Parts: sequence; C-alpha cells; structure tokens
Amino acid sequence: MKKLKITIDGKTIEVPENATVLDAAKTAGIAVPTLCHHPKLTPFGGCRLCIVEIKGIPRPVTSCTTPVSDGMEVTTSTEQLENLRKTVLELILSDHPNDCMVCEKAGDCTLQELAYSYGIRENRFAGERRIYEKKDGNPFLERDMEKCILCGRCVKICDEVQGVGAIDFTYRGFKSKICPPYEKDLDCEFCGQCVAVCPTGALTGKQWALKGRQRGVREVDTVCSYCGTGCNITLHVKDNTVTRVTSKEDTWNEGWLCIKGRFGYTFINSPDRLTKPLIRIKDRSSSLNSSNGLDDIFREASWEEAFDHIASRLSDIKTKHGSDAIGGLSSARCTNEENYIFQKLMRAGVGTNNVDHCARL
Amino acid sequence: MNKNITIQVCMGTGGMAAGGFEVLAAFESLMREKNIPAEFRKECSMHKVGCRGLCAKDVLVDVITDDRRTIYQYIKPEMVERIIDEHIVGGAPVSEWEVDEDYHKFHEKQVKVVLSDCGNIDPEDINAYIASDGYKAAEKIFASMAPEEVIDIMKKSGLRGRGGAGFPTGVKWEACRKVEAGQKYVICNADEGDPGAFMDRAVIEGNPHAVIEGMLIGAYAIGASKGYVYIRAEYPLAVERLKKAIAAARECGFLGKNILGKGFDFDIKIKLGAGAFVCGEETALIASIEGQRGMPRAKPPFPVHRGLWGKPTVINNVETLANIPYIIKKGHEWFSSYGTEKSKGTKVFALTGKIKNSGLIEVPMGITLKEIIYDIGGGIENGKSLKAVQTGGPSGGCITTDMLDITMDYESLAKVGSIVGSGGMIVLDEDDCMVNMAKYFLQFTQSESCGKCVPCRIGTKRLLEIMNRITKGAGKQGDIELLEKLSNDIKAASLCGLGQTAPNPVLSTIKYFREEYEAHLQGKCPAKACREMLTYHIIEEFCKGCGACLRACPAGAITGEKKKPHKIAPEICIRCGACFDVCKFKAVGKE
Repeated sequence: MKKLKITIDGKTIEVPENATVLDAAKTAGIAVPTLCHHPKLTPFGGCRLCIVEIKGIPRPVTSCTTPVSDGMEVTTSTEQLENLRKTVLELILSDHPNDCMVCEKAGDCTLQELAYSYGIRENRFAGERRIYEKKDGNPFLERDMEKCILCGRCVKICDEVQGVGAIDFTYRGFKSKICPPYEKDLDCEFCGQCVAVCPTGALTGKQWALKGRQRGVREVDTVCSYCGTGCNITLHVKDNTVTRVTSKEDTWNEGWLCIKGRFGYTFINSPDRLTKPLIRIKDRSSSLNSSNGLDDIFREASWEEAFDHIASRLSDIKTKHGSDAIGGLSSARCTNEENYIFQKLMRAGVGTNNVDHCARL
Repeated sequence: MNKNITIQVCMGTGGMAAGGFEVLAAFESLMREKNIPAEFRKECSMHKVGCRGLCAKDVLVDVITDDRRTIYQYIKPEMVERIIDEHIVGGAPVSEWEVDEDYHKFHEKQVKVVLSDCGNIDPEDINAYIASDGYKAAEKIFASMAPEEVIDIMKKSGLRGRGGAGFPTGVKWEACRKVEAGQKYVICNADEGDPGAFMDRAVIEGNPHAVIEGMLIGAYAIGASKGYVYIRAEYPLAVERLKKAIAAARECGFLGKNILGKGFDFDIKIKLGAGAFVCGEETALIASIEGQRGMPRAKPPFPVHRGLWGKPTVINNVETLANIPYIIKKGHEWFSSYGTEKSKGTKVFALTGKIKNSGLIEVPMGITLKEIIYDIGGGIENGKSLKAVQTGGPSGGCITTDMLDITMDYESLAKVGSIVGSGGMIVLDEDDCMVNMAKYFLQFTQSESCGKCVPCRIGTKRLLEIMNRITKGAGKQGDIELLEKLSNDIKAASLCGLGQTAPNPVLSTIKYFREEYEAHLQGKCPAKACREMLTYHIIEEFCKGCGACLRACPAGAITGEKKKPHKIAPEICIRCGACFDVCKFKAVGKE
C-alpha cells in the first residue's frame, strides 16, 4: 500500500494511505483521548474528544474519522482543543450519576480515567440528568443506561461483529437512548460483546456484582474449554475464585467471546462440580426397574482405577460381541487434537468406525 | 359576454387552508347551475394554481379575459356568484373585491425566477408546464450540449446552494462528474424543517416539474441514472403533486429509459422523511434513505465521493434545482445579472411574523432588508415598531433595526452573525422578547438533535436550561457569560451543521440585545413576554366588571362582583395570561 507523509505535532511520519489521523497519531506515539472510538469498529465521531487541528481546515475535526492526506499538518493539543475537550467531558459528567464509589467499573473506566486526567471536580454545566428504570430480566447483562454516554460502541459491535443488531439508538435530543426495539426487555444471545467494549459502567456482567474490582484480583491467561475454537481468555481470580472472564484484544480471537466463554464460568467453583472419576457400583443389568440410571450409586475412584476399568470393560465387550458393538461419541468441548486422538482410539484401538461427535447432532 | 376566460384559484397549502378548494367548487357548480351557454363554457377554463406568494390575502382568484387580468383577494365561496354574474357574464369586474395597493407593492420589487410559473400554471398538468416552455431546457441540453458544457454554464451562472450553506452548484456537480463510478445519484433535498420556512413546499406544490427538470439536467451533467426526492411526510399536498408530476413526466418520456430518444436513462423515487429536522443534513438524509436512523456522519468523505450506498451523490435543495431549467433556457448571463458579486440570482424567502404582508417572496440577491420589510412586506402589523428580523431560522441570527440597510446575500448576513439559511425570515416587533425567541429556537434544536455527539446532545440541553431559568426570573449572575462560553464551544466541537449553528440565536441575541438578558437577570422582561416573570393586576378605572377574566382564569385567582372592579390574588395567580388575553377593556395590566 502507498505510504503518505504527514506531520503530527512537529513529528513527520509515514503512514499507509488508508490510515486515519488517529491511527497516525498512534504510530507517532502521541496519545489522543477517545471515548467512542474502538479500533475494531467503524469510526463514529460522536464523543468529540479526539478532535485535532489540521492546517487548512477552519474548524477542529475528529481524528478518528478523518483520513490522512499527503503533507497533512496536524496539531493534537492546543489550549483551545484542551478547552473543548474539557467542556465535552464536563457535559458528559453533567449527565452521569458520578457514583464511582459503588460502580462496578471503577478503576477500569475510560470516563473515570479522563475525568481524573482532566481534573474535573466542579461542573459548570450541572443540570437535569436522565433517570431510567432498570428492567432487565436476563441473568447476564446489567444495563445501567443512566451511565450510558451514547458512544455507540455496543450498537456497532452488536451489528458489525456479532451480526445481531439487538440494540440501537432511539429517541432524539437529550432523551436519546440505546435500547432494544420499542424499549422491550433485552432478548438477544447475551454474548456480552457489548459489555466488553463499553467504556463506562453502563454495561457490566450481572455475575460480577460485588465480587471485587481491581484490588487483589489476579489475571490468569488461559484457553476457553467450551469448544474447539480455543478462544484465549483471561480469568480474573480473587481469593482462588474466578470472578470474571475477559479476553484481550491482542489474542487471535481479537478479544471477542461468546456467552459461554464470557459468562459460563461459574461451574469452575461450583460445589456440584466433579473433581474425581466416579465408578457406578450398582450393576444395571441385574435390575430391570432401574433403566434410567437415576437410582444408580457411584463411588469415587482414582484415574488409574477408572482407566483400568474402562479398558477391561471395552476389551470384554469387544471379545464377546465384536468391535462394532462399541461406538464412541466425542465432545465439542475437546480440542481438535483430542478429537483426533479419540477417533484414532476408536478406529485403531477398538477397531470400529462407529465414532461421532456431538457438534454433528 | 367575454370570450376565452380563465379562472385561476390559488391552491397552495395557504390557499387551501383559507378555503381555496371550496371556492373552486363554488365556481364549478354555479357555472353549471346558472345555465350559462355551452359554447361559452367551452371557452371558459377553471383551474387551480400553486402558491402565488401573498398568503395573507388568500383566497386569491384571478379572472383572465381577453384583454385583462383581474385579481380578487379574500374570496369566500359565497362571493363567487356575484363575480360570475357581474364580471364573467356581465363583463364588469367587482371592483371593491379587487386586490388593493398592498398587492401591487408586494410584487413590485420582486423578481420571479423560481416562482415565475408558480401561481400561473396548473401544477397538476404537465401540459401547462410544457406550454410555459417547460422541459425546453432538458431538450436543449440533450440536443446540443455535453455534460461538461452544462456544468460550465452552472459555474458561470454563479448559482449557489439555496438550502443554506451556499456551496456553488456547478463546482459540486463538477466534483461528482469527475469521480468514476458505475452508479451515481442525484438527490433533491426537500426536507424543509426550519420553523417558519415554506419555500420548498410552495415550489413543489406550485411547479413540481421545474424540480424534476432540474434533477434531470443535474443527472445528465454528473452521469446519474437514479434520483431521489427526500421530502417530509408532513407535506402531503406537495408529495401528491410530486407523485403526479413524476408519473406524468414518465408518461411523456422525460423520465425513464432512453429519455428523448438520446439513450440516457434517469428515474426518480420519492422517499418520505419521518419528520426529523436533522435529516435535512445531507449525510443524515443519505442514512435515512438507506433505511438507517437519520444521524449525520463526519465529512470528509463528502457525498460527491461517497454518498448514497457509498456511490457518488449530488444533493441539491429544491429551490436550487428549480432555478436550473431557467438558467439553461435563458443563459447564465441573464441569471448572473441579478444579485451581488458573490451571490447571484434571486432568493425565495418565507416572510412571516409580525409583518403585514406575510407570504412567499422572491427577490434579487442584494436587495436590502429595509426594502423587504417596508416595500414588499408593507411594514409591521398593527402600527407597532420593528424590533428585529430573524433570518435562517434556528440556525441563524437576528438583524436589528439599525442594520436595515444590510443587503441580503451570503456574505453580508454571515458578517453580522446570521445566515441566509433556507430562507425563513421572521419579523419581530416590540412585543417580542429576544431572550424568549432564542429560547424557542433552542427548544427546537435540542429536541431535534440526533443525540450522536455530546456538545449538541447535552450542550444544547444545558443552554436551554440556562435560558429557561433566565426567562423564569431565576437567572444567576454569570449566566450570560456561561451562555457565551458554552455556545462557542458547542459551535466549535459539534459534528454537523445542526449543532454547529444551534447556538447562533443565543449568541446573536446576546450580541445585539445584551441589555434584555441583563434586564431578565434583574427580574424584568422588557417586552413583557416572559409570562413567568410578570405579575398581573386589574386596572380599576378600566374594569367594567364584566366577569370575562374571572371565567377565563384557570386558577380561580380572580374575584369580584358584577359591574364592579375585579381583583387578582397574586398568590393564586399562575401567570398564564388568560385574563390579559380575554379582557376587551385593557383593564388587565402586567408588570
């Protein structure tokens, strides 16, 4: 791709011709504040924080939406620009609950961070605030629309990445709001992608509530065990308990997760979870009444004992009834490699082609 | 008995509201009833015409005989019989119903280009337009001109966008022509939303074919095969006439495949707007046509490069397009002979407010405001004095009485902090409070903000809150400075034209009427218009004790015996002003 030369804050750099001014600033190592911008989504240009001055253009323009052109001269910070950014932030905060003390997002909130770095305490524009009733019936997403700054990231990710389009902008003026059609309760696939991109505390996970914010939380990078896709996830662990699952943007799955990976983590610390192999101790063939197995009794066993048991039973059946009396069904929760080994076991070990996978059903 | 009689009844929205339909029906039924000889009836044609400007005098009826045109004003159905008997049959016009001097003065200084056929031809009859040299411009370019030549004429004519921003039309066309693309679009922006503006509506209602022909010429110039008219659903009559006009143009071969046998295809679709003011902004308009929420996006890229469905698109306003056939027919020299050095041609204004002759006017650019107000408009109503003129509606600013010699063109108006805008012109008199007026426009822009960008969505709300407290008498010291600061920041930081201009009424009224703001901070509304700041009392010497105010008071604050002076209890009074409005004896005072 063709490279263009542009000057930002006196630094001359080369950037690809399809870059935006914000991309160029990033390349030059210059931080420009943003709220509505997300590198994986189409530019929005709504928060107005990333405004810059460009020589030859009479008014400030948003760097996130403006394509670079050859020889462009950009200034990212002037007294007037900082002044406008401060006004914009004050306006946002004038319509915000400002309850960082009890907010789930505190410490990880872009709005809070910006308010901190611009030192906003008094607000010249204090006034009416939007008040909404919460009505989410779902167990996953907490939507506190009073904290919503209408950056549109959730709308875009739902549309552009997830392809669902469950929410959009509604109403006009100060009453503008992001919600499902006709303000009905949210009824989507609850992937939580919107939660992942929300820069404020407007969208959080219901399961996260009161489980701890940043302090004492350890992040553990691992791979999601739900399916063969193998998304990289980060477990937030506090007191040896998983309190939240996120995914980093620089992973191969680009930080995107589905409902299971993001919210289906409570099994990890569930008391019902199996931690040792169990062997059925009641012989099912001896009782005609117990065909559903619900009355069966299990006993704990070691892995060695369990594997020995499986191997000896399979050998018995194979000897007695032949290989094709045995069939294997593997799981989508296993990796591709595990599934490969499993079919190998069935074909080469047991000697049957009776092998299938739950994802095919 | 006269021969060859034409009766024209004004049937713009204004004419229809005043009873134009009933007047036309009365003519039709009475002519039949009166047993007027058949051969005479054959000679006599009756039809409706579009708005002819002077809405204040509606219903206007023209009776055109061989030798003269008689114009009647304020016609009601019951007056029709006498016009038929005395004028049409008898040959003597009913002189006392003829238009007065005002009507002629109203038209004297006007120059009609866009409106030249409005009010003269039947907008629902394509043959009427063709008979008035309609579609001759299209025929001319198809017969002998290359697209580049058409663009050249537009550039030389100096025509600039009439929607408000004043961008040179020829330059816009040229930019779009140069972009290589398989598909291009022409869009007519008929999403006229400024309060008090009705230019585009009148043009489409009065002469829809001029707009269609303008679009066809534009399409030919840039190489577009599809066009859209984005028009507000609140303009049902304009939509209906446009639909009929498009169908008729298609039937006559001016739209569709192989137009005029020259192998050029172009057709037009109508897209109804759902009443959002912001959809007049071109990128929001495009989003709306595409089925998205009408929200603007940042420019560049401009629509001429990436417009509708990502294809190069030219968006022109109704009035701009309606100028085009006339420029092609009469030449760019003719067009640019009107106007100032940088603002050529004419401009249509909707003259409303406290003006005697309210209505639709078309004047050469460069005419002074004084000429518009006093010569064309006939001065202020009810002998009151002029205070200011608001141009450009909610995006514009006010012009004060000591600036009446200002010329109406893009540059002069911008210099004083106002804009030509789409052409709304609201006249304010001594009873109008400038703070209240600015608040009204701000209410409009705030509720019409799309909500996308912070300065417009929250900033205008905060401006409005400050304006609200000032007009309630609860303003604080420093509020004026805060208004100025916030207004300037909103202008600088907003995404689209709506937010960038929304604070204009506030800034311009502070600039020219700062003392009114200061008076409000002192608890006084000088124009006595901000009701919540007033106290009402009965002036005993004028009060006849009729009880009208007592009955009108919704709060039960007025007491008194019949034929004796009444009293208003200030602690109960809700300051609604109902007593003031209802009193015939001027016995209710307000302070």
